[in-house]
Amino acid sequence: MAPKDKKPRVSRNPDLIRGIGKCSRSKMYHKRGLWAIKAKNGGVFPRHDSKPEAAKPAEKPPKFYPADDVKKPLINKRKPKLTKLRASITPGTVLIILAGRFKGKRVVFLHQLSSGLLLVTGPFKINGVPLRRVNQSYVIATSTKADISEVNIEKFDDKYFGKKTEKKKKKGEGEFFEAEKEDEKALPQEKKDDQKAVDAPLIKSIEGVPDLKTYLAARFSLRSGMKPHELVF
Amino acid sequence: MPFKRYVEIGRVALVNYGKDYGNLVVIVDVIDQTRALVDAPDMVRSQMNFKRLSLTDIKIDIKRVPKKKTLIAAMEAADVKNKWENSSWGRKLIVQKRRASLNDFDRFKLMLAKIKRGGAIRQEIAKLKKQSAS
Repeated sequence: MAPKDKKPRVSRNPDLIRGIGKCSRSKMYHKRGLWAIKAKNGGVFPRHDSKPEAAKPAEKPPKFYPADDVKKPLINKRKPKLTKLRASITPGTVLIILAGRFKGKRVVFLHQLSSGLLLVTGPFKINGVPLRRVNQSYVIATSTKADISEVNIEKFDDKYFGKKTEKKKKKGEGEFFEAEKEDEKALPQEKKDDQKAVDAPLIKSIEGVPDLKTYLAARFSLRSGMKPHELVF
Repeated sequence: MPFKRYVEIGRVALVNYGKDYGNLVVIVDVIDQTRALVDAPDMVRSQMNFKRLSLTDIKIDIKRVPKKKTLIAAMEAADVKNKWENSSWGRKLIVQKRRASLNDFDRFKLMLAKIKRGGAIRQEIAKLKKQSAS
């Protein structure tokens, strides 16, 4: 019964002027074929009654009523959109990090994660910046781009970078100091391998451009006479 | 000291303030004590205060308020563009523009080049010193 391609419904009553149709009520009754529907149904319009509801199981009265009426907060179904990425930041762009441990370092942008943070890598061999997340606000985008087509970044997401929580172990007092030493996490070999896997094709494409490697190894700084608002990055 | 660059019809001037900052224009007429009628190949003929113009050494041969076609032909005949770009004033402006448009990577490469040049110069000086000392 339901047609496959629903064409947009066209009105059978064309407008003479906005608000005034061409055909009168009785004409429209005839046009729409309501007389035929009635005739098919024995002189009355067909009725579609709602189905009888299934019987609900008997509800028990609650055991506990709270003393004061507590107001419920309104429901909020808003889902914030992914942070808008600046137009100047595209995969492969060289970024200058402005804050934190690696401030001033020039770094290659890989990909924006689902949390909105930017996934970035030194590469590690060149300037010591590992695969890391960085906020867009703490970054200057330069117009220099590195070739990033060979790099596979699918397996990195926010969970990869999250803090690892260990299950709580019941410690006696004597074992306390030993356990603390164990907790100093050495970087797992898996992460070192991931770093190398991402950096290898990247370093090759960087070495293809003259001076780009030394550029990434150097830190950015303001010198005398440099006005940031007039500099072209 | 006598003046060398005069406001006259055909004088090429550089705009130093306003919407057309940095463009070369030709004075095609003088309106009054303070304003000139000014024209350029890529601009609508308009009036400008003399204070907004810096006169150059270049002058072209035109009559008062020429048609655009005539103006362009006269500018070609006098070779204004090349004269400007080869003059020391024009060359300085070109260098300034180039320096301002340098990318961060370009500035880095420039720094490396300066260091290299400085090193080469110092080597030569060291050689010459040795020669003159010996």
